[in-house]
Amino acid sequence: MQSVKKARLVLQDGTVFEGTSFGYEKSISGEVVFYTAMMGYPESLTDPSYKGQILVPTYPMIGNYGVPRQKEEDGLPAFFESDKIHCSGLVISDYSFDPSHWNSEKSLGDWLKEQQVPGLFGIDTRALTKKLRDCGSMLGKIEFANEEVDFYDPNKDNLVAQVSTSEVKTYGNGKYKVVLVDCGVKYNIIRCLLRRDVTVVRVPWNYDFANEECDGFFLSNGPGDPAVCDVTVQNIKKILAGNKPIMGICLGNQLMARAAGAETYKLKFGHRSHNQPVITPGSNRCYITSQNHGFAIDDKTLPTDWEPFFVNVNDGTNEGIRHKSKPFFSAQFHPEACSGPVDTEWLFDLFVENMAKSK
Amino acid sequence: MKEINKILLLGSGALKIGEAGEFDYSGSQALKAIREEGKYSVLINPNIATVQTSEGVADKIYFLPVTPEFVEKVIEKERPDGILLSFGGQTALNCGVALYKSGVLEKYDVQVLGTPVQAIINTEDRELFANQLHEINVKTPRSIAANNMQEAHAAAAELGFPLIIRAAYTLGGLGSGFCSNQEELEKLASSAFAYSPQILVEESLKGWKEVEYEVVRDKYDNCITVCNMENFDPLGIHTGESIVVAPSQTLSNSEYHKLRKIAIDIIRHVGIVGECNVQYALDPNSEDYRVIEVNARLSRSSALASKATGYPLAFVAAKLGLGYGLHEIKNSVTKVTSACFEPALDYIVCKIPRWDLNKFDGVSKVIGSSMKSVGEIMAIGRTFEEVIQKGLRMIGQGMHGFVGNLKEVKDIDGELLNPTDKRIFAIAAAFDKGYTVDKIHDMTKIDKWFLSRLKNIHDMKDALDRYTTVEGVTPSMFRKAKQMGFSDFQIGRYTIKDKKMSADEKLLAVRSFRKRHGILPVVKQIDTLAGEYPAKTNYLYVTYNATENDINFEDDGRSVIVLGSGAYRIGSSVEFDWCCVSAINTIKKCGYRSVMINYNPETVSTDYDTCDRLYFDELSFERVLDIVEFELPKGVIVSAGGQIPNNLALRLHKQHVPILGTSASQIDRAEDRQKFSTMCDEQGIDQPRWKELTSLDDIYSFVEEVGFPVLIRPSYVLSGAAMNVVSNKEELGHFLELAAEVSKDHPVVVTEFMQQTKEIEIDAVAQNGELKAYAISEHVEYAGVHSGDATVVFPAQKLYVETIRRIKKIARTIAKELCISGPFNIQFLAKDNAVRVIECNLRASRSFPFVSKVLKYNLIEMATRIMLGEHVEPLHKDIFDLDYVGVKASQFSFARLLKADPVLGVDMSSTGEVGCLGENYYEAILKSMLSVGNRIPKQNVLISSGPARSKVELLEATKKLLKKGYTVYTTGGTFDFLNANGVETIQLHWPDEAKEPNIMDYLHDKKLDLVINIPKNLTKRELDNGYKIRRAAVDFNIPLITNARLASAFITAFCSVPMDEIAISSWDEY
Repeated sequence: MQSVKKARLVLQDGTVFEGTSFGYEKSISGEVVFYTAMMGYPESLTDPSYKGQILVPTYPMIGNYGVPRQKEEDGLPAFFESDKIHCSGLVISDYSFDPSHWNSEKSLGDWLKEQQVPGLFGIDTRALTKKLRDCGSMLGKIEFANEEVDFYDPNKDNLVAQVSTSEVKTYGNGKYKVVLVDCGVKYNIIRCLLRRDVTVVRVPWNYDFANEECDGFFLSNGPGDPAVCDVTVQNIKKILAGNKPIMGICLGNQLMARAAGAETYKLKFGHRSHNQPVITPGSNRCYITSQNHGFAIDDKTLPTDWEPFFVNVNDGTNEGIRHKSKPFFSAQFHPEACSGPVDTEWLFDLFVENMAKSK
Repeated sequence: MKEINKILLLGSGALKIGEAGEFDYSGSQALKAIREEGKYSVLINPNIATVQTSEGVADKIYFLPVTPEFVEKVIEKERPDGILLSFGGQTALNCGVALYKSGVLEKYDVQVLGTPVQAIINTEDRELFANQLHEINVKTPRSIAANNMQEAHAAAAELGFPLIIRAAYTLGGLGSGFCSNQEELEKLASSAFAYSPQILVEESLKGWKEVEYEVVRDKYDNCITVCNMENFDPLGIHTGESIVVAPSQTLSNSEYHKLRKIAIDIIRHVGIVGECNVQYALDPNSEDYRVIEVNARLSRSSALASKATGYPLAFVAAKLGLGYGLHEIKNSVTKVTSACFEPALDYIVCKIPRWDLNKFDGVSKVIGSSMKSVGEIMAIGRTFEEVIQKGLRMIGQGMHGFVGNLKEVKDIDGELLNPTDKRIFAIAAAFDKGYTVDKIHDMTKIDKWFLSRLKNIHDMKDALDRYTTVEGVTPSMFRKAKQMGFSDFQIGRYTIKDKKMSADEKLLAVRSFRKRHGILPVVKQIDTLAGEYPAKTNYLYVTYNATENDINFEDDGRSVIVLGSGAYRIGSSVEFDWCCVSAINTIKKCGYRSVMINYNPETVSTDYDTCDRLYFDELSFERVLDIVEFELPKGVIVSAGGQIPNNLALRLHKQHVPILGTSASQIDRAEDRQKFSTMCDEQGIDQPRWKELTSLDDIYSFVEEVGFPVLIRPSYVLSGAAMNVVSNKEELGHFLELAAEVSKDHPVVVTEFMQQTKEIEIDAVAQNGELKAYAISEHVEYAGVHSGDATVVFPAQKLYVETIRRIKKIARTIAKELCISGPFNIQFLAKDNAVRVIECNLRASRSFPFVSKVLKYNLIEMATRIMLGEHVEPLHKDIFDLDYVGVKASQFSFARLLKADPVLGVDMSSTGEVGCLGENYYEAILKSMLSVGNRIPKQNVLISSGPARSKVELLEATKKLLKKGYTVYTTGGTFDFLNANGVETIQLHWPDEAKEPNIMDYLHDKKLDLVINIPKNLTKRELDNGYKIRRAAVDFNIPLITNARLASAFITAFCSVPMDEIAISSWDEY
C-alpha cells in the first residue's frame, strides 16, 4: 500500500468531498469542470483551454498508461498539447499507481508533482459531476490540512493573456503561410497545419496581425469568456473586411462570431467530451466531435451574410459558422482532436483548399 | 425502392458454443424496432425457449429450421418485402447468403435490409477481405505460402521471427506451431510438410494486445464507434475465451483513436449499413497493428457492447436497415439526446467466459484460438479490482473472487504458459508463491496494468489475513477491501480465525460489522453519457467506489424482485431467461414494479427496457440482501431463474426476506434428498432405491442389495464425469478410483438404475397446494439420457392412460404436501404402469417455455400471478384438445470441443435445444431433428448398433431405410444380426482393424451421410473404436446419433414423411 496524504475538495456551495492526494501537496482553487472523455488525460491536462480549472474526468480509473516521454518534433513536444499542465488541479475516482505503457516515462502522480499541480483520488466523481451538471459550473478548491485558500473565479481574469505566446514564433516551411492567433493554442492545431504544407506564424492574442503578409488566418482555441478578448475581436474585424481565408476553432469560433456582430452566451452546462454529435443544417451528415467549451454563439444574432455551419444534434446549440460568400468558417468543436475523434480533420483540408483557391 | 411492410427475420436456432443467447437478445431488439415502425414481422427460429419466439414479439413465428429449404418455403408462403440477415448469428447469415446466391431472394423480390449481401460475402472470404483492406492501406497479418523448405526459409527472411507455421488443409491445427529461430523453423516446417504439401508461414502476433471496436454506419455514411474493448488475455486466445474489459484500459488517446479511425474507414469501404465488429492486434511496444477479423453482423461482442454501454446496437442496426439515419433515432436511455453519439462510460465492465469443460470426456482444458466456453458474465464497477472479483464470483463455479478460493493450482508455471480455463487462479497462486508482476507478465504477456491491479487484490488479502477477528480491521481498511471487490465471505474467510464458525456465520458477522460502521454499497446508473445530461435510466449497478446513490427508493412495497439465472451453462440457459422475462411482464401487468437482478449480457432479462429497474449485479446472498435492503420489495421471486435463485431461498428466508410463492422451508424439503425421500415414503410415492454412503464397504453392500446397474454420484471427483452409470463390479471399482475420496465430508450417492424405462416429466403450477395447470411430456430415449439431453414429446403420445392418471395423482399429492404456490417440475420413471419419482424441483424447469408455447398458455404467467397473491382459475385444456404435437430436441456442440467423446449419458452435455410443432409425432420429430443440424441422408447410412436391445430396436428402421433405397453400411455385430434377420447390409471394418473397406476411410471421404453409433459397454476396445467413429463423424460434419430409440424415430420420420409434405405452418396456425 502506498503512503498517502488526505485532502478535500470543497465546493462553493459548501459541499465537501474527502479524497487522497497523489499529486503536488498544495492547496489551490479554481473553477471545477468535468469532462467525459475516457482517455487522453495527458492531452487534456496540457490543453490551455483548461487554464484556471480543476478538472474532473468522469472515467473512474486515471493514470493507467502513465505519462508519455518528452520528445520534440517540429519544435513542439510530440505528445502534449502545450509545454506544461494548464489546469489547476485534477480530481479522480481511482488512481493507477502502477502505470503500464511502452511510451510512458513516469507516472501521472510524479508528473503532477513535478508540475506542482495537486491531484486527488477516492472521490465519487459521478456524484460530483451530477452536482456540477445541475448547478452549472462551480468554484471549488483542493485543500490540504492547515493550508486554507480562498475561492477564486478564473473567469474574471483574462486567461487568454496568461496562456498566449508572448512573442511571434514560426513553425515549418510550407507552401502556404498562415498567421495563427494564439489565444491558448493546442499544439495539434499547429501539427495539423504543418502536415498540410503550411508555415505557421504564431502571434500573441493581442497582436495586430491584420496586415501581416500571409495566405490565411487561423483563430485558435483558448480558455474563458470570449467577451474579455475585445482586442482580438477588433483585429478580426479588420480581416473580415478582406478576402483571405480564415478558420477558427472553439474560442476562435466565438471571436469570429463576435467580430461579425453576433453574440455569445454561457451554456448551462458546457460540452466537455469526445462524443458530441454535430450536423450541418439541411444535410444528413453527422460528425462525432471532441469538445471543450462553456460558451456558445447565439445563432439568432448572426448577421445575414453568415450562416450556421454546424449545430449540436443533442441540444441544438451552435457548433460553427461560415460566411455565405467569403472563405471564412469556424468550428466550436475541435477538428484537431487530440484528445478525441479525428472525424472532422477534413476542415483543415477545407481551409488549405480555400487558400489554394485564393492564392 | 419499394415500400417495405412485411419483414422476415432469421433467428439463430438452438444455442451452441459460439452462437448462444446473444442472438435472442439481438433478434428481440430488431423485432421491437420493426414493431415500433408499425411493420409486420415474420420470424423463423426453432428455438422455442427464446424470448423472441414469445407471443407479441413477432407477428408471425415459425418454429422451423433456419435452412435455405425451409426459409424458401416460408418466403413462398409469406411473401415478405424485406429480410434481415444479421440478427441471427452465422446461421442466419449463411442461410441468407445461400438464398441470395441461389436467386431465391430475387425470385420472390425480397429485399435484403441493411448491409448488402455482397458486402457480407466479401468479409466472409479471408483473401477477398484482406485484399479489400489493402486497398485502403489497412494492415492484416502477413502470411506467405511455401511449397518447400527453401521457400519457407525465404518467407521467414521476409517476415522475420517469431513466426507461426501452419500446415495447409489439415484439421485441428495438426503440424502447426511457433518458431523463433532458423533451427526451430527447420524442425517445425519439416514436420508440417509431412502433413501437407503446402505450409503457411505467418508473422506471429503472439503477445500482442487484442482490441475490438463496435462500429455503426447508416445509409448517409454517418459512422460511430459505440464501444471499444480490450482483452485481458493477449492475442492467441479467442476473444470468446478471453476476459474482456470495456472500455480499453491501457490504450493511449492516440492508439484509441487510430484504431477507431481505421474501424470507420473499414466499415465505409466495405459498405455496411448497420453494425459490424472489428478486431485488432495491437503491438504492446508501438502503435503497430493488424486487423484480424471483421464480423459484418451483430455478434456476441456487439451484445456485450450493448450491455456495457446501454447503447442498443441491435435495435439501432434494425432501424438503420429500415432506412433511418443515426441522427434520426433517439438515444433510448436519455430519450432526449441522439443515437448518433458515442457512449461515455464512467465505470468499467468485465466479461468473463464460463466453461463447462468438466462435462466432457477427453476434451483438452487448454484454451486457445477456438471457442469452448458456453456462456459469459459481465461485471460492472468502478475499479478493475472490483469487476474482476465480482465477475469471478458470477461465473458460478464455486469461486469467491480472485482470492479466497480453496482449490489448489498444481502446475502454476504450466497454467501461466499454456492457459487453461483456470489461468486467472494460477495468477493468484503465483502471487502467493512470490512471483512478481514482471515475471508473470513475461510468462503470460498479460499487460502489467492488469497484473498490478490483481496484485493489489493479493496484497489486500495478505493484509486482511494478518487479523484474527473482523472487529480488529479498521473501517478504512475494510472499506478499501470492499472497493477492491472483496465479498463479505472473502473478508470473513481471511479475518475470522475462529474455526467453530461456519462460513455463513462468518459472512453474517462481517456483514453486521460492516453495517455498524456504515460501510454500505451505493447504486449507480448507467446513462450512456457519464452524467453529462440528466437521464431517467433504470439500468443500475452496485459499487463501493462511490458515496452517493443515484436513485431514490420508493419504500412503498410495490416492487417485486425477480432473481435471474446467471451465466448460461450446460443445464441452464435461455429457457430460464424466458421464465424471468415472463415473470417480469406479469409483475408489470399486475400493477407492480418489476425489479430484475441478473448479470448475463446474453439475455433479454438484462435489457433495461424489459423491466422497471435492472440491477446488473451479482446474484450472491450478500448482494441480493443489499438490493432487498435498498428496495424493500413486496417480495422476491426465486422460482423463475433456475437453480441459482432456488439455492438462495432458504438463506434469504432466514434473513426475513419475503420469498413469494412456495415457502423456503418447503423448497428445502424438496431439495434435501433425505427429507424428500421421507416425504415420498410417507405418501406412498415410489422412488428408485438410493442411499448416501460414506464408505467403500457400504457402497459394495448396497450395490449387492439393489443389483447392477447403479447410478453413482460422488461429491468430489478427480477427473471425468461427476455422475455415471456402472454395470458391473469392475466398472464400479474403476469409477470409485476416479472419485478421489469417499468419506463423511464427501459422501457418494448410489441409486438403483432402471433400464428400458420411460422417463416422463410433469411441468405444473399450483396454488396453496392445489394443482392449477400441468403438462405431461415423455422422453423419446429411455432413462439413462439426462433429461436436458433427451428428446421430449409433448403432449406425451405413447403413455398408458393409467400411467398418466398415476402421474397426475402423484403431482397432486406432492403439490399438496409441499403446499406449492408457483411452478414445479417432477421427473418420473415409468415401466408397465409402475411410476417412480426421481426428482422434484419447486421452481420453473427447463421445459416450461416449451410446454407453455405448445399449450399456448403461459404457465409462468399463471405461476407469477399466484405468487403475487392473485386468484387464478385452473387451466382446463386437456391434452386431447391439442391437434398437434411438439418435440423438443437437443443441440450438441461437440464439433467445437476437440477430442470430446460425443456420447450421451446421465450427465448433461447439450448446449441448447429447439422445439418444433407437427401435425403428428413423426413430422414434429423430423422438423426438430433437422433444426439441430441433422440432415436427411442422401444415400449412405452407417449403423453400428451396439447392445442387443439396440439392434432389435433398429431392425425395423433398417428395413425402412432399405425399402426407401438407402445403402446401409454396418459394423460386424450389426451386420451379423441383420443378416440373421434376413436384412442385407454392407459390412465395414472397425477402425482398429487393418481391413478394407474400413469405416474410417468412409468417414474421411465423406461417403456416409448419417452415422448411427450406439455405445455398447465400457470395454476398452469398444470404447476406442466407437469413440473414433463418433469423433470422426463430428469432425467431418456428418450427422451422428448415439441413441437407438432416437435413431429409430428419426429414420422412421424421414422415411415416412416426405420433405414436400412437411407443413409450413406458423405457431398461430396450429
